[in-house]
Amino acid sequence: MIFMKLFLTFFKIGLFTFGGGYAMLPLIQEEVLANGWLENEELINFIAVSESTPGPFAINIATYIGNTLGSQHGVLLGIFGAFCATLGVVLPSFTIILIVARFFEKFKDNKIVSGCMTGLKPAVVGLIGTAILSMAQTVFFHNGFSLANIITTEFFVLLGIFLLMLFLTLKAKLHPIIIIASSAALGIASGYILEII
Amino acid sequence: MKNKMKLLLKLFLTFFKIGAFTFGGGYAMIPLIQKETVETNKWISDDDILEIIAIAESTPGPIAINSATFVGYKVCGFCGSFFATLGVVLPSFIIILIISYILREFQNIKAVKYAFNGIRAGVLALLIKAIISMYKKVQKNLVSYIVMAFSFIIVAFFDINVLFVIIGCALIGLFYSLYAKRRAEK
Repeated sequence: MIFMKLFLTFFKIGLFTFGGGYAMLPLIQEEVLANGWLENEELINFIAVSESTPGPFAINIATYIGNTLGSQHGVLLGIFGAFCATLGVVLPSFTIILIVARFFEKFKDNKIVSGCMTGLKPAVVGLIGTAILSMAQTVFFHNGFSLANIITTEFFVLLGIFLLMLFLTLKAKLHPIIIIASSAALGIASGYILEII
Repeated sequence: MKNKMKLLLKLFLTFFKIGAFTFGGGYAMIPLIQKETVETNKWISDDDILEIIAIAESTPGPIAINSATFVGYKVCGFCGSFFATLGVVLPSFIIILIISYILREFQNIKAVKYAFNGIRAGVLALLIKAIISMYKKVQKNLVSYIVMAFSFIIVAFFDINVLFVIIGCALIGLFYSLYAKRRAEK
């Protein structure tokens, strides 16, 4: 039953990701690819959508995947699928915070919690590194990794866009939405230009 | 009773606003949460905000959910946390529902495909920025570097489940910090 699976998968994702932002990415990527729910390429597309819309990435991706899978059975079931996945990803935080809020003083200086965190923080960095590596492969070599694909014009155009955006976000500190909008514009322009050549 | 209903509605609307106006999520939400809950409504103090961030960092789930549940509970118990959390989730939920229909309609248009080719390269840059800022928050010691390298290599090159790596690294951190504490006491 797809709705139960959506709920349980996103419950697991919600329960095992610590830290904000993209800490969820490695686990989401693994689950989504393993279940065949999205391709790597669609996942990266959706990160852009999530950066340009309000709300946390975890909620956005849960709603999106739930809706995408559910709507194969009808519009209303699409909304229900989104509901199941979103409820799943929210419920662990919600429950745990309710408990923590009640026993906050005990939780605050807990040796076990802070001990686990000293291992979790660097682990998340390493895991996101892995996610970025596999996404870089998808971005630059979506026809497969080979020498022939490295020396294409398309590869150099994408590499150029990437390096420019890296500079704009790290040095010029432009807002993510501006980064996405300008890389979209460059993508369209270069796509049509390459077509003419 | 009437006052309580009013307070719940206020919690819901405040967190709806927070959910609707913070792009990108994560720490980007903190300033608005601080403004709404501390300055405007005086539900919690500045110290509470720092505590919420500390809690959000060591509990699972997105910061927005964690802080909505926590503030809601402080202000009005379980009902408060329910309505605050519902409020912060609802804007994303509605907007993404609409967008997923639009995405499915438009994704086969040629210009949209070209746009996403460029966008994916841009997203890669954003992710690298995100990982750099997360790296800066990690304590710089040998164990951190080992855990970082270990989790990267084991998932990138061997087909190991991410979940096992997360649990394993938490245990490594736990044993190391207990060991370090015992040595400091000697």
